[in-house]
Amino acid sequence: MSAATSPAASAAPAGKRRGYDGVAVTVPVTIPYVRYSTRSAHWWLGRALAELIRGAGIAKGEVDGVCVSSFTLGPDTAVGLMQHLGMSPRWLDHIPMGGASGVVALRRAARAVQAGDADVIACIAGDTNHVDSFRNTVSQFSRFAQDAVYPYGAGGPNASFALLTDYYMKHYGASREDFGKLCVAQRDNALKNPHALMKKPLTLQQYLDARPITDPIHLFDCVMPCAGAEGYLVMSEERARALKLPYARVRSTIERHNAFPEDPIQFRGGWAMDKDALYEHAGVAPADVDFLETYDDYPVINAMQFEDLGFCAKGEVAGFIRANEFTIDGSFPFNTSGGQLSVGQAGAAGGYLGFVQALRQLTGGAGRTQVKDAKIGVVSGFGMINYDRGLCSGAAILERGATQGEAA
Amino acid sequence: MTEPLVKPKKKNPVLRTRLATLPPVPRSRTALGLTRAAAEGVFEMQVCADCGTVQYPPREVCGSCLSEHLAWKPVDNRGELIATTTLRHSNDLYFRERLPWRVGTVKMAAGPSVVAHVHEDCAEGGSVRLTLKLDRSGQAVLHALPEKDTPNMNDAPQLRESTCDPKFRRVLVTDGKSATGMAVAKAMLEAGANAVFLGDASTWKTVPAFDKLVASDPRLQVVELDVTDTDSVDRLAASIGGKVEILVNTADYLRDGGILNRKDVNLARDAMEVNVLGLMRLAQAFGPGMCFRAADGSNNAVAWVNILSIHAHAALPARGAWSASKAAALSLSHTLRAELRGAGVRVMNVFPGPVDEEWEQLTPPPKIAPSGLAKAIVKGLQDGVEDLYVGDIAEELRTRLRENHKAVERELGQ
Repeated sequence: MSAATSPAASAAPAGKRRGYDGVAVTVPVTIPYVRYSTRSAHWWLGRALAELIRGAGIAKGEVDGVCVSSFTLGPDTAVGLMQHLGMSPRWLDHIPMGGASGVVALRRAARAVQAGDADVIACIAGDTNHVDSFRNTVSQFSRFAQDAVYPYGAGGPNASFALLTDYYMKHYGASREDFGKLCVAQRDNALKNPHALMKKPLTLQQYLDARPITDPIHLFDCVMPCAGAEGYLVMSEERARALKLPYARVRSTIERHNAFPEDPIQFRGGWAMDKDALYEHAGVAPADVDFLETYDDYPVINAMQFEDLGFCAKGEVAGFIRANEFTIDGSFPFNTSGGQLSVGQAGAAGGYLGFVQALRQLTGGAGRTQVKDAKIGVVSGFGMINYDRGLCSGAAILERGATQGEAA
Repeated sequence: MTEPLVKPKKKNPVLRTRLATLPPVPRSRTALGLTRAAAEGVFEMQVCADCGTVQYPPREVCGSCLSEHLAWKPVDNRGELIATTTLRHSNDLYFRERLPWRVGTVKMAAGPSVVAHVHEDCAEGGSVRLTLKLDRSGQAVLHALPEKDTPNMNDAPQLRESTCDPKFRRVLVTDGKSATGMAVAKAMLEAGANAVFLGDASTWKTVPAFDKLVASDPRLQVVELDVTDTDSVDRLAASIGGKVEILVNTADYLRDGGILNRKDVNLARDAMEVNVLGLMRLAQAFGPGMCFRAADGSNNAVAWVNILSIHAHAALPARGAWSASKAAALSLSHTLRAELRGAGVRVMNVFPGPVDEEWEQLTPPPKIAPSGLAKAIVKGLQDGVEDLYVGDIAEELRTRLRENHKAVERELGQ
């Protein structure tokens, strides 16, 4: 992978951050997605938790920490869910950060495990998708959305992303062909992922010829809302080894909220503020990264993540996309599960999809989507279009700990 | 350039009439400050009293310095259209029926970036002016308009949704024989109304100006209407109710007299019959039909106009009974507004000062000419406002009421 230095300002955190020594991230689980579900979010989250417990070979009571993300759990929160699932954790978190949830859950859970506040933390995200769920979620997403976006055509995220895609294409030189190349590569990857809802190949011509939804967003720029759940466990390396679980280590993480509020429209995310701190803390450079799993609710956000995470300079994304191949065996293995664009967007689980896939890559459990010799992976998250832009960003650099062969 | 609106064809009675849907209604309470501004036709946002930052979307505390002192103030409405999109899909029924729909991001000279409806004559990257309008749900929305007026710009379907332009619409003027009624009819014809029905409660009375007006334009049609007579109102609604797209209630009963200078309530009862119960009869007869046609093509039913008086807000004791009837009509208009809002039919209340007509003969100037009042009403409809204050006296009393309503009460009583 090629690295480029970005002129964007970095915000170095005050003081020296501690590492994530001794933390293991393990047991990636996916509850297979369906387009529509008549179940509630509790069902999806409960199944994810059950799969984590089964996968780890532990008793239910051994999970003493839980971290939950869901849009459709209401009126319950993580608290009500614990009674529903008969859990008595001594550590509980509820992270309403949409696409940044997977990375942020790790940040919270890893520190809790290091501090001894919990031993085994289940991080789960899941949503149902009734036929009317998406419309209801979008119409009541946030106060700013209700007051200042939804009344303008009720286009939902399509409209917000159309505006920033329009701006980005005009100012940063990316074309529909560039976005299309990413979408086509992701679809290619998805065909190797049994969990992906999209089962048909996609050609660049099909991408370009698709019907316009909200100019310049066309059909294959949009994710398909669906139901599903994802999860993983955070525990000490010692515990993971004792349980003979393959696991990944955490080299560094970042999160940022409401970055660059002075930008008139979003053309960069919070990663641009924190990426230097991320790589420095991790002791790796973009060139060391074997694969990248981004949050991909729209291709424009992938392009921003390439730039803002330092894989190319701002404004050079078109050249970067043209110079690389993004399939699993390409020069820049990217969204190797197929990403949300080809797997489906299961609500908050969409914020876990890349993370869980990265765990599979680093533990040797990615099956036909496995990137050869994957040792270092970057996962990034992006979430919550509150008004005109996505507010939450996060990223994690993960490293191979013990793979399936080694753990057993 | 906006294509001029084509005169709507005669309604095909066999086809189903499209029922009204509304754009999204919910807003935070603070955001209703925008609705207040739009209803009054002004462009205001919250401005921080401590650091001067203009806030958008509306906030509880300043997004810059966290001050809680946010005041609604006029702000510079200019900006640059930095991004646009055309929606070809929407999650909302109202918009689905009106696709494609253009929206965009405007970077305001005053600071914030705003998402707005974008007029078709606005060029991306160009300068625009923002305006606050009420949409069909009665809530405020921002419209980005070209920097300077363009030909037929009010005909753009998107803008026409947030306004009540009389062009190609049919108007009922409930008392067409009064000076105000005749002026309103003329102004509506000048604004391109397809037809004006002139209510006449006194067919026995010859008014030369009225006869001259009626003969001047084939779009004028005299109809018998006595708002104090339920049968008369119902008969007319049965005859033309399906054609009224704008109703301007010009019927009024203005007589001098307070409370203690009389020994009976006859004058008060007569004023109430016309100004309050008359409004109620009209609403019961014409309101449902207008609601039914509130989304019926480009000449859908859009507006109900009450000509009240500034004295609906502050009684003029010399005309105490009349003032009370106007205050009661104002109260009634709020109920009517709530009941018509479900269909998106707007209630515009007009608050003039004294009008230069026969029953105001002894009122000293300044008085508004009926033609001036009528022009203001047409402009209010074209702008889509909800509250319209007309004339210097109305504006002055409105300001003084905000400053010290007790002072107004004392002084009007002198």
